[in-house]
Order: sequence, then C-alpha cells, then structure tokens
Amino acid sequence: MTAARRVLVATGLPLALLGLWWLASADSQSFYLPPLRDILAAFADTWLGGRLADDVLPSVIRLLAGLAVAGVAGVGLGVLIGSSRRLRATCEPVLEFLRAIPPPVLVPIFILVAGIGTTMKVLVIVSGCLWPILLNTVEGVRARDELLEDTCRAYGIRGLARLRHLVLPSASPQIVTGMRQALAIGIILMVISEMFAASSGLGFTIIQFQRGFAIPEMWSGILLLGLLGVALSLAFRVFERRALSWYHGLRRAQRGPS
Amino acid sequence: MAGLAGFLVLLEIAPRVGLVPERYLPPTSRIAAALADELGEPSFWVALGDTLEGWAIGLALAVAGGVGLGLLIGSVPALRAATASTIEFLRPIPSVALIPLAVLLFGTDLRSKLLLVVYASFWQVLVQVLHGVQDVDPVAMDTAHSYRLGRFARVRHVVWPTTLPYAMTGFRLAAAVALVLAITAELIIGSPGLGKEIAVAQTSGAVPAMYALVVVAGLLGVVVNLGARALERRVLAWHPSTRREVAA
Amino acid sequence: MSKTLEVRGLRKVYQGPGRSVEALRELTFSVAASELVCVVGPSGCGKTTLLRCAAGLLEPTAGEILLEGALVAGPPPDMAVVFQEYGRSLFPWMTVRANVELPLRSKGLAGDHRRRLATDALAAVGLGDVGGAYPWQLSGGMQQRVAIARAVAYEPHVLLMDEPFAAVDAQTRAELEDLVRSLWRRTGVTIVFVTHDIDEAVYLGQRVLVLSSSPTVVQEVLAVDLPGERDQLTTRSDPRFTQLRSHVYAQIQQAKRGGGQPAPPSPEGAAAPGS
Repeated sequence: MTAARRVLVATGLPLALLGLWWLASADSQSFYLPPLRDILAAFADTWLGGRLADDVLPSVIRLLAGLAVAGVAGVGLGVLIGSSRRLRATCEPVLEFLRAIPPPVLVPIFILVAGIGTTMKVLVIVSGCLWPILLNTVEGVRARDELLEDTCRAYGIRGLARLRHLVLPSASPQIVTGMRQALAIGIILMVISEMFAASSGLGFTIIQFQRGFAIPEMWSGILLLGLLGVALSLAFRVFERRALSWYHGLRRAQRGPS
Repeated sequence: MAGLAGFLVLLEIAPRVGLVPERYLPPTSRIAAALADELGEPSFWVALGDTLEGWAIGLALAVAGGVGLGLLIGSVPALRAATASTIEFLRPIPSVALIPLAVLLFGTDLRSKLLLVVYASFWQVLVQVLHGVQDVDPVAMDTAHSYRLGRFARVRHVVWPTTLPYAMTGFRLAAAVALVLAITAELIIGSPGLGKEIAVAQTSGAVPAMYALVVVAGLLGVVVNLGARALERRVLAWHPSTRREVAA
Repeated sequence: MSKTLEVRGLRKVYQGPGRSVEALRELTFSVAASELVCVVGPSGCGKTTLLRCAAGLLEPTAGEILLEGALVAGPPPDMAVVFQEYGRSLFPWMTVRANVELPLRSKGLAGDHRRRLATDALAAVGLGDVGGAYPWQLSGGMQQRVAIARAVAYEPHVLLMDEPFAAVDAQTRAELEDLVRSLWRRTGVTIVFVTHDIDEAVYLGQRVLVLSSSPTVVQEVLAVDLPGERDQLTTRSDPRFTQLRSHVYAQIQQAKRGGGQPAPPSPEGAAAPGS
C-alpha cells in the first residue's frame, strides 16, 4: 500500500463524516445543533484568543501535576507492596475497595476538605489516577521472572541496583499500562472537578457557556476537549513507544520465527 | 482481612484523636450510623435503583452495539482499515465532554445519563472485540473455509469462540466504566441517583451521610467488579484458555 | 593441591504439601583449582539442584559446601553461573554490553575498568561487534555467548554452568563447547559443567562425575585421560573417547535401573574404567 493510499484510507472516513456534519447542519435552525460553520467560527473566536492560555493551560498543568504525583506515589507504594507477599495480602482488600469507589464521587469530599481551588482539583486527579498506577505496579513487581531474580542473586546485585536494573524495568510494561489508564481517568476528573464547582478551567468555561446558552461556544468547547483528549493520547503513545521499545522488540522477536 | 479491619480502626481513631478534623472525616462509627439511617430511608433505595437502572440499560446498549459493530468491522478488512483512524480519534474523547450536550438535550432525564454511559462503555467493548476478531487463528479459518462453512457458520464456530474471552474482558471494563459514568452524570447533571444524593448531602453539610453514600458507591463498585469477574469465569469455564489456567 | 570447591554430604529434600521429595541424598566430592569437571546423570537426578545449592541459590537440607574454605551460605562473590535458559537470564531492556557490565557494577569497579573487561569478554566469545544490540535481536547461540561473556567478565574463581547448551542446535553446541575449553585454558578458572549429554561431558571434562538416579548420590568419578588439546573431529574419533563414553553410558543405564552404588569418597577419584 503506497503512502498516498494509506493517507487516503486513514483520512477518508473522518473527512466524510466531517463533510456530512457540515452539510447536514448547514441550514440547521435547531437551537441545540448549530451549523458546523458557526461552531468552527466560535472555536476560533473563543479559544484562539487569550482563553487558551487563561483557561486551558492551567487545566492541563493541573492534570500533569496530578498525574506526576499519582505516578510517583503509585510506583513507590506499588514497589513496596508488590515486593512483600504479606504486605500485599494485608493491603489487597483495602486497595480493591478504595479503587472501586468511582472517582467522581470523591469530588464532594475534596471540596469539603480543600475548597474549590487548585488544591482540590489536583487532589481529585491524584485520588483517581493513583489506583491504576498503584495496582498495575504491584502486579508488575509481583510477576518478576524468577531466572532474572536468580541471576541478580548469583551476581550479587542487591538493593538500589536491583531496584533500578531489575524490579523497575521488568515491571515497566505493566506500569505504563497503568499510566495509560490513569491518563484517561485524569482527563475525566480534570473536567469533572471543574464542572462540579469551580471558578476557572476548561470544564468550568464549557459549563458556563451551557448555562448561558452560548451554544456554538459550548460546542466549540466540547470540540476542544475532544482534541485535547486525542492530543494527550497521541503524546502518550509516542512516549510509550520510546520507553518500551525494548519490550515491543522482545515481543516481536518472540512472536516471529526466533 | 486484617488489613481491612486495621484500616477501619485507623479511620475510627484518627478523627477522634484530632489527627484529622472531625468536620472533614467523621469517625467510622458515625459513618456507619449514618449508613444505617440511609438504609432505612426509602429515598435511598429509590436513588440506588435509579443508579442501577441507568447502569444496566446503558451497559446493555453498549455491549450490544460494541459486540455487533465489533464483529462486523472486525470481519471485513476493508471496513476495519477505513474505520481505524476514526475509532482511534473518537476513543480518547472524554465522555464528560458530552455533559453539556446531554444537559441541553435531555436535562436531568434518564437519557442524559444513558448518553454518557453508553458513549464511554461502548468503546471499551468495541476495542476488545476488535482485538478478539483479530486474534482468530488463520488456520482455523482456513479449515472452516475448506469445509465450506457459510459466513454465519464461520462467525458462530470460529470467530465468536475466539472473541468471547475478549468480549468478556470488554464487558468487565465496560461494567466498571458504566458505573463511574452513571454516578458522574448524577453528580454533575443532577439526574436522580446515588450521585445526586451525594451532592445534596455535601451541599447541605450532612457529612457523615455523604461519606456513607460514598461507601455505598464503593461497595457497589466492588460488587459490580466481582460480579463481572464471576460471570466471566462462568461463561469462559468451557473455554480452553480458562480451562488451561485452572488446571495449571 | 588446594580444593577450590568442596561438597560434603550434600542433601536436599523438597517439602511439598503432604509429601517430600528427596532430590539429593548424599553428595560428596571436591573440585581442584583450575579443574574442569563435568557432571552427568539420568534425567531428573537432581543435577540442577546440585548446581543451585553450589551456587548458593538453594539452601541444602543437610551437608555443606565450601568455596575456597569458606562456607557457602548465599551466592558467594567469586562464583559466576551460566543458566540453560539464556533467553530469560539476560535482561531484555539492556544492550548486550550493559548486560555484561551489570555484575561488574555491583563489584564496585570503575567505569573504565568495567568497559575494558566487558570489551575483552565479548571479544573472547567472538561477539566483539554486537555490544550495542539487544539480546532478543540475537540468535540463541549468540545469546548464550553473551551469558558466558558476562560470567567471564566477572572474573570468578569458579564458574558453574547448568546445561548451558541443551537448548542450542548441534553445530552451535560444538562451537560453544570449544569456546568453553579455550576460555578455560586461557583464564584458568575452575569450571563445574552440568550436562545430560554424555559425549559433551567426556569431550570437555578432565573428570566426569556420574550421578545416580533419585535419591541421588555420586555413582562414579571418572578420570578422562584424553590429551589436553582436544578438537571436535580428532578427539571424538579417538578410540579412547569411545571407550570412555561407552563406560559412562553404561553407568547411566545402570543408574537408571537403580543399580548404582555410591563411589567411595576419594577426591582424586580415578576409577579406572574397564573395557
């Protein structure tokens, strides 16, 4: 398949759908479903002005901060818990319960504790993103290859070196899976924490549009949110491919003729 | 179990001792009392029922759509290639982006909840089913072809059994996501259900009741998760992959 | 002659739910410095158990193992191990060079020293130019060479090898056997080589330890009086080679039938094989 053909296939359906949307809504009188033309115009007006910096950027920074905290805590605790069978057995029921609490439910709790400012939003994100990372890390640490373990013992590789060269790398595929789930949850929580009760941020702005019946603007906000989700997902995919290049190579080698 | 008990004891002591302000985190006993109160209120059970209703209907729709579309797209290579980019683009769009739209279109109706639940859960099922169809053993397919099995028979005897474990995984993930979205819709949009009760409790300052409802939400999550896993085991008990696992 | 490795009365019983398996009953033998000793026995006789106990990876139920006079209570620092499953003993997230250098870091060696040792070891096993590749990019034989290079770079006093060439094709195996012998002669390291391949044991070893079947004891200690210079073609067609291997084969058949008797614990153990 030539490159041109590949591009055509990849963009064919999306472009067709977009075109359909444009045409179908061109003469729309519906209040709730304005013409795509208007939405795109509103998009340019609303966001490409100062709002990207004022509202969107802080939201994304909060998201990344929350993910970072959840990542460090999740991996740290995960390594600790995953390395000790007794600790795992003790903590497992508690962790399973805490992770089953739908994260949005904690928003009111955090509002109670931390008000409606930045702290609350970051806390909400951390509280939701911690679990996938933590639990996946525990899994990854637990499922270490015994032979690599023996190799380390035989060559006297202990402590910090062992953590750095055996435990973390061998758990990294699982940890990255956890991070991917955390990213998805983080985006949702970022938006929810701003929609529920907040004074700034992307989610808050969209809800304001909705309440003020600024429909094209609201749609443009939804569009932006969608683009943000896609952009972050792509960025993560790039990161994953680099960080786990050895893993993908290994799987490919195992699958194909050795 | 000891861990759980220890955790509960810790939560009981911490606020009493002053480690955590009681205003923010009431002792476990107070929460338990509030929980008992809630269980006596008929409004609680109505709310629980509303949540479960949205969850169940949304999940059913998502599974039906995800499996049907997944099998269709997965079995026709041209379709799969054409839709790949669209799926990859739509999938990461956070379902919460649809909240304003849902509010406008359906208000606090059940349908707004369903919009969110179905949208989020559908992708979980679809992606898994697509993986499953892709995993079909080409040798098995060739065998079916050579025995002149029609398209439907091929799906039934080759594609579906291979896809089933993936579909079950998708179901399990979708069940969890559906619950999260149902409660989210109630929390933010105000659709009737547990989420709405929690929001109400928070705004009216009934802190122990709020925590009690959060506990219920958590327990619901645990039950859904366990139930999905149990169903998975039952359905796949006949499947060679789980049979092998059990024997190992 | 100083005894580098001494095994005295080694006994290992695996405790399972409801039953216990006596893998090793009583093993006593010793290996002199710079010796190359091969260990053979029927399948399931506990060769790997013996090796893991010697490596300090497994705790014996009774008996003791001494490395240069010191009791082995955990993996000792002057010992290196090469496992059979090369694919799983190399770290897939590190390059070949990083794999070889890793044990040297724990030894606390400086960067330059480490690099030099790694380069020399890789060159010695014939992999001078693949330092930057990842293990899973290499063939099975090359991966095992990397594992050997890693052991060699470690500069151990004793090298334990647990059926290292069992999972490799015959041609590669022949090359690797010669590689082991040449490394051995160059460095003078003491080698205990466990294998199920009788030909390999006789070809490589100065002495061959034949183990009985489970519960295992040392059935016979055989001196291999073949010339020091060995190569695949001439040595294997040497009539003495054929004699020795037949003898070992007969011993193992006897062991499988359960007719083996423990050899008297004579360290120099040279049971003169009959015709």
